[in-house]
Amino acid sequence: MILNIQKDHTRFRKIVRGRIRDNLRRYISQGELMGRKGKDVVSIPVPQINIPKFRFGNQEQGGVGQGDGDAGDPIGQGDPQAGDGHEAGNTAGEHMLEVDVPLDELAEILGEELELPKIEPRGAQHIQSQKTKYSGIRPVGPESLRHFRRTYRRALLRQIASGTYNPELPLVVPTREDRRYRSWKTESKPQANAVILYMMDVSGSMGDEQKEIVRIESFWIDTWLRSQYKGIESRYIIHDAVAREVDRETFFHTRESGGTMISSAYKLCSEIIDREYPMDEWNIYPFHFSDGDNWSVDDTLLCVELLKERLIPKSNVVCYGQVESPYGSGQFIKDLREHFGDAEELIVSEIKNKDAIVESIKDFLGKGK
Amino acid sequence: MTLPTYLQDIQREIQGYALEYGLDFYDTIFELVDYQKMNEVASYGGFPVRYPHWRFGMEYERMTKSYSYGLHKIYELVINNDPCYAYLLEGNSLVDQKMVMAHVYGHCDFFKMNQWFSPTNRKMIDQMANHASRVRRYVDRHGMTQVEEFLDICLSLENLIDRHSPYIRRTEKRDSQEGDNASALEPLRLKANKQYLDRYVHPEEALAEERERLKTEAADKSKRFPVEPVQDVVLFLMEHAPIEKWQQDVLNIVREEAYYFVPQGMTKIMNEGWASYWHSTMMTQRVLNDSEIVDFADHHAATMAMQPGGLNPYKLGLELFRDIEDRWNRGRFGKEYDECQDLEEKLHWDRRLGQGRERIFQVRRIHNDVTFLDEFLTPEFCWRQKLFTYEYNRKRAGFEIFSRDFSSIKQKLLGQLTNMGQPFIFVEDGNYGNRGELLLWHRYDGVDLDPAYGRDTLKNVQSVWNRPVHVRTEIDGKPRLWSHDGEQFKEQPFE
Repeated sequence: MILNIQKDHTRFRKIVRGRIRDNLRRYISQGELMGRKGKDVVSIPVPQINIPKFRFGNQEQGGVGQGDGDAGDPIGQGDPQAGDGHEAGNTAGEHMLEVDVPLDELAEILGEELELPKIEPRGAQHIQSQKTKYSGIRPVGPESLRHFRRTYRRALLRQIASGTYNPELPLVVPTREDRRYRSWKTESKPQANAVILYMMDVSGSMGDEQKEIVRIESFWIDTWLRSQYKGIESRYIIHDAVAREVDRETFFHTRESGGTMISSAYKLCSEIIDREYPMDEWNIYPFHFSDGDNWSVDDTLLCVELLKERLIPKSNVVCYGQVESPYGSGQFIKDLREHFGDAEELIVSEIKNKDAIVESIKDFLGKGK
Repeated sequence: MTLPTYLQDIQREIQGYALEYGLDFYDTIFELVDYQKMNEVASYGGFPVRYPHWRFGMEYERMTKSYSYGLHKIYELVINNDPCYAYLLEGNSLVDQKMVMAHVYGHCDFFKMNQWFSPTNRKMIDQMANHASRVRRYVDRHGMTQVEEFLDICLSLENLIDRHSPYIRRTEKRDSQEGDNASALEPLRLKANKQYLDRYVHPEEALAEERERLKTEAADKSKRFPVEPVQDVVLFLMEHAPIEKWQQDVLNIVREEAYYFVPQGMTKIMNEGWASYWHSTMMTQRVLNDSEIVDFADHHAATMAMQPGGLNPYKLGLELFRDIEDRWNRGRFGKEYDECQDLEEKLHWDRRLGQGRERIFQVRRIHNDVTFLDEFLTPEFCWRQKLFTYEYNRKRAGFEIFSRDFSSIKQKLLGQLTNMGQPFIFVEDGNYGNRGELLLWHRYDGVDLDPAYGRDTLKNVQSVWNRPVHVRTEIDGKPRLWSHDGEQFKEQPFE
């Protein structure tokens, strides 16, 4: 039986889902969800789901309290004890409601709102994972898998058939032939693995706000791709004039200075792919974020070559996001556009500010690759 | 689940003490439930069956979450019904169960004996279940979405009722006789003892003038609809708004349930104070054995704790009842005591009257929170309990202590309790501007309405009334008119 409260609860969740969908763009551009990420759930503050009523403005009112202190002393505003169960139903709490939403569901909402196509994994049929499933019974097998009930049923059947069963003294003794064992089948399941390689320019011109944008954007990319692939890995590369691999924490918090050699990152990225992610087993997603101020024309040419020869052929799609920095937007995105035109395998997107994140996510993921 | 034997024994014991102390209650049935069931029942406001609505699901989510984070735990839940139903939480310690039972008997007595509860339906569990099945029938017929959306609208208006109307007994219908109207047209006269003075006190011209005024006023009034401003906005809408039959019924259901909860809102401080008074009295005088006293003290203190800036009705009520008992035990009331100027004498004042117990039983019979505080809050009590008022400081963007002055504390408390802290809203004109529009009137008493909420609520009123609706209010002391025509909201000065 489904309890009534569960039905009510389900409908409430639906309303919340709608609310989140309506406010998704705001949630994305403010990045307020990232600090609230648990293991599999994000807790999202949902505003004003209360039923509106004519009531007094909150701040105007003040009230009466109890305790020490002189006039003018500030008081901590504790929650006005709302409905602690004694007479539930006559007071309404004024809390911001925190709702836990599973990451999968959040990705789904993102997909619906931005109309993202489902990704068709590349080379899925090549990758098999083996799974065993106990599904049958057989007369031979290891003792550890002996099926107790089946064995005794067999023995009882035999004894009744052969007339040795005495209901007065219900003694059932299985023999060797009576024994039954569980048997298993091995199933192969195609599985799609994916790796996301984040690269970020941490040269002097990338300020905190630019990094924040990268952080927000990569959170959503992560969420979406995670919902599309079962096994997913993330790798992080930062670069100025040289590139190195770092962990997630460092990736978002390093502040470096110095010049910008994008090719260094592409080189390292391609090395990692070659070393660890054979392209027939992995769906590969390199994402690169920079302000587009590359050091020299030569280096840009080198980048183009690296992309053409090594990154693009191996990856599902290569994405480049150019974040506008205080020094203006760089040349690199124009160079890429020039060399690749409207190539399907390279997606470039300009992110002017936080509000543009949504569109840029759509650029990157909207092709369904 | 019914109680296990050992709890039944305890219940019998505690019930015995309660009767001994003179508490008077309906049969009380305890159910032992696990926390999930407790959260579920609590989400439904204590009732096992309610009509379907997402808001219960929201309450459930909130409770489950704060329970799993260990933020709060519902110890007990009791329903005003005959028989009284109360829920105990499985897994609570024995001391807690005893304390809860004693507390519950306090509530049950209050439900039965406090006069403000007298008009409530004592078969409300059945009534709520009936409401539920009616709403479910409408859902089957019209669809969940439609019914739930209408319920949202109804619930947003549920506080627009006349909380005192259940207590008014009218011997005859007003405005029914013509004769009444005729006498109303005669001007009031002052008392003139000497016959010859009469024509000076009531000169003929003035009388004529007054008669004329009353006549036009009456004529005006009879054209007005409603004749007097009506506070039960929901009833007015039910009777006069162009809505379907099932919508009328849903509105009626919401209204009935709102009225049922009114006395509990009106007597929160008293009710909790009374129950706390009795659990503490019974536990310490009778129920507890030596090994339990520390646990009891700990849990009792936790329920009585005050948060800064919050007023705990349990604490305030309990202390007031104790204060009253003490004052009437020692005779610290009346003219003689009030007029005594000698502080030393006042401090040791004791007439050994011993009327305390009797007095608090009386008090719980006739008072509600407003009259209770109005009558029994004393400057000594405020000082002893360290009460203060706080105000919002815009500069600091926070609340701060404003004053410890008795009259301002009392004024603030009463202000917050009057009309259960809800604004007074009336239907002033059902044919505003002779265009069939609805004019509501917010009787302003210094506190502005919340504009965001007001706007959304007005939209809901509009969707019931189906013609443009307005509410006359004041913002920062200036009269304003909020309007909603179904498309958009407008605010303008009101002339």
